[in-house]
Amino acid sequence: MSFTQDDIMTELAEHIQEETDGAVSHFTIAKGELILHTSRESLKKLLIFLRDDPECEFKQLVDICGVDYPQKAERFEVVYNLLSMEQNNRVRVKVTTDEDTPVPSVVSVFAGANWAEREVWDMYGVMFEGHPDHRRILTDYGFDGHPLRKEFPLTGFVELRYDEAEKRVVYEPVQLNQDFRVYDNLSPWEGLTKIQLPGDEKATKPETGYMPYEKSVKEAGE
Amino acid sequence: MTEPLTQNVEISDETQIKPYTMNFGPQHPAAHGVLRLVLEMEGEVVERADPHIGLLHRGTEKLIEYKTYLQAIPYFDRLDYVAPMNQEHAFALGVEKLLGITVPERGQYIRVLFCELGRVLNHLLNITTFALDVGAITPSLWGFEEREIGMEFYERVCGARLHANYFRPGGVHQDMPAGLAEDIYEWTETLPKVINDLDNLLTNNRIFKQRTVDIGVVSKQEALDWGFTGPMLRGSNVAWDLRKSQPYDAYEKMDFDIPVGKTGDCYARYLVRMEEMRQSIKIMRQAIEQMPEGPVKVNDYKIAPPPRAEMKRSMEAMIHHFKLYTEGYHVPAGETYAAVEAPKGEFAVYIVSDGTNRPYRCRLRAPGFYHLQGLDFMSKGHMLADTVSIIGSLDIVFGEIDR
Repeated sequence: MSFTQDDIMTELAEHIQEETDGAVSHFTIAKGELILHTSRESLKKLLIFLRDDPECEFKQLVDICGVDYPQKAERFEVVYNLLSMEQNNRVRVKVTTDEDTPVPSVVSVFAGANWAEREVWDMYGVMFEGHPDHRRILTDYGFDGHPLRKEFPLTGFVELRYDEAEKRVVYEPVQLNQDFRVYDNLSPWEGLTKIQLPGDEKATKPETGYMPYEKSVKEAGE
Repeated sequence: MTEPLTQNVEISDETQIKPYTMNFGPQHPAAHGVLRLVLEMEGEVVERADPHIGLLHRGTEKLIEYKTYLQAIPYFDRLDYVAPMNQEHAFALGVEKLLGITVPERGQYIRVLFCELGRVLNHLLNITTFALDVGAITPSLWGFEEREIGMEFYERVCGARLHANYFRPGGVHQDMPAGLAEDIYEWTETLPKVINDLDNLLTNNRIFKQRTVDIGVVSKQEALDWGFTGPMLRGSNVAWDLRKSQPYDAYEKMDFDIPVGKTGDCYARYLVRMEEMRQSIKIMRQAIEQMPEGPVKVNDYKIAPPPRAEMKRSMEAMIHHFKLYTEGYHVPAGETYAAVEAPKGEFAVYIVSDGTNRPYRCRLRAPGFYHLQGLDFMSKGHMLADTVSIIGSLDIVFGEIDR
């Protein structure tokens, strides 16, 4: 009897859920990848369990990153990617937060989380409680704002140049010689999913905007 | 008569040298780019190293959110510009996973061939500049000559020495030109001699060993804890390589070994990289030998553009081309984490798609970012000059650290 990747992952997820009583609020499996959703309070407990449990052994924190969903109540998602070399497996842990609520820092669990958390703070403005060195990391000294938030414009707010008269680099508000242009090239080529054009309500919409590869091959064959 | 200036100065054994702060870089040849390092020194000994990064931050992740999937690829060349195609590979694999497509065999083999070429180019650069940092000039002169030949192969396959834009979701941009495979094969026969020459210059060199052995020791536990990957991890005696453990593309069919270091110091990492180059050559030869004929990208005009000749005849092909290069293709909503064994370690892309033609979020996991983070604990208690050795053995490139 053979197990698919999804079966193995489901088994692992159920094991984690049982052992950590309530730390995993729910889990999803997509494309063979396991995603565990947890709360801020039980994040640390869950990561320690994942690191030390003999069936998990996720001893390496590969990456921490943020994702911004401005329309949600808790707009930020902090994503922890873990790797187990013993089990040759990966798992993803997700926790949500908003601008004001800090997420517990996991530097004490994985030393490598230090800069990764600093980057999430820098890029999204997510605070980490108990972080030993809560500074910005990638942006300029004295930078204002969090650039990867969806409302932050791509062109930014300040530009700098060397001023010959003052003999130093000066900061000025960005001046665009032409308006910033974003081409919205979405069109009904493959069918629209999100955008409603006038008259669309009369037509029956496709279930999804994307034509699966197998289907497109089949249709090309016909 | 004037009084002597040195009056009332007590010099005893207890005279304290005040700890002082020193700036290292960003304009320093041994900083390998724009690393600003604030060092707290106790005399000649480093107490704390605080790297200030971000001087090359270009907001790649933000820019990619505003580009179609196809337009995002050139940004990957500009991350680790020493081995550009390896980065593109991660993105291509991620998008392919979301689209649910499989690359034709020939495309997979070409990718493996050029990824390994990239690994050789990267290690040639790292080893030789590392040697330069600790005082050996000749390796860089010899190594760069070979590196230039390797980059000419890049140029012949994609038209650019560095910014390749060659790997695409669904395969590679176009097939290799006639004769290129033979020329690369010929090069793989002469390259081992150059590597042996470098070996002779460095491996048993007294000065090189004095500067690298027992410097910047990383234990196995530390390497895991700090998120080290690639040669940094293998140098600490962890046999972990994504090409073996989670093989992608044609790596499953390749026969090669994973070198590991026993000591975890700068010297071990150097030895690992030397052996990796030899293994890469072995893989390149296998890839050329086993490479089948056939298409190099998926035969789906909704994802890969139709051939130029067809566009001249078929209206349908013309429309597909136009749509692909304006709107691009839609990737089904979902998320994935795609990792490759880049020369520096695990380079990964975490893509969140919302079903449109642009990534909603594209996180780039750069190995150098985590390696540089470890500089503080690695250089603690070492002399200033040893910090230079450690930076050299970290194999950092600021394109990928600052993104």
